[in-house]
Amino acid sequence: MTDPLTIAGTTLSSRLFVGTAGYPNQQVLLDCLETSGAELVTVSIRRISLEGYAESLVDLLGGRYRLLPNTAGCVTARDAILTAELAREALDTNWVKLELIGDRETLYPDVEQLVHAADELVRSGFIVLPYCNEDPVACQKLADVGCAAVMPLGSLIGSGGGIANPAAIELICSRSPVPVVLDAGIGTASDAALAMELGCDAVLVNTAIAKSHDPRRMAAAMRAGVEAGRLARLAGRIPRRHFAEPSSPQLGLIGT
Amino acid sequence: MIRLRINGVEDEVAVATVAELLAARGIDPNARFLAIAINGAVLRRREWLAHRLSPGDDVEIVRPFSGG
Repeated sequence: MTDPLTIAGTTLSSRLFVGTAGYPNQQVLLDCLETSGAELVTVSIRRISLEGYAESLVDLLGGRYRLLPNTAGCVTARDAILTAELAREALDTNWVKLELIGDRETLYPDVEQLVHAADELVRSGFIVLPYCNEDPVACQKLADVGCAAVMPLGSLIGSGGGIANPAAIELICSRSPVPVVLDAGIGTASDAALAMELGCDAVLVNTAIAKSHDPRRMAAAMRAGVEAGRLARLAGRIPRRHFAEPSSPQLGLIGT
Repeated sequence: MIRLRINGVEDEVAVATVAELLAARGIDPNARFLAIAINGAVLRRREWLAHRLSPGDDVEIVRPFSGG
């Protein structure tokens, strides 16, 4: 089945986006990316070690993936904007996963600064995909300033808490004028499937794969989960009922 | 010698340009995927050879790492 996702005019073959951090080693990372089928993978931008130059992660990925640099850890709009600009220079991409953290313990987004930074980056020609609260109003504001997608959290980053507020995610999906990517909180494949069933256009997973007991197998599971959830969404779930509805025929029942 | 702040650390270095600073730190100025900002503004790669550093400049040298 061909069911591509288009963000800002770019067509992506996979609806699973994968992060590159925290894998047991580089080979496992490469295997997981391959197995996941992901086309879009996230990277961070960090100060280089002044003790010498080591092989870059990007060299390792060898041009096989579309890179989505993030502004992870930034707590001010100024730092996030500069990080995005440095990413654009380093990677020759105007795509950015905009993260603006308002609280170091929960890593909850600072929506006020996020909207401001997104607005400025869009005006500077960036394709902005903001990590944001599962709040329809925040998502609408981000779409209004020109973000190419919105990426509401399922639950806290790295928590594996799943989708804490499915009703809010479903509401965001039903109203969003731009693609919705469930970002953060995915713990296992059924979480990814649920996100897609709720109407998300894609899912971004990192820790749930990287920190799984068997990351390669979890990468395969996430791929299957996203595909299953997407298919189910397109097919349409049956209405929920309060009473049983027999699936076998009532006619010809022995003893009647 | 000029006093600079390089990736958050104050240092005194005997260099005039960004390209010389990279070389002095053992970083190949032709290495791919590097990016540099001076005083909060990105300095394009084509300017690394000519751009002269000034005392007190705040230099950020970054590259991609793993991330989520």
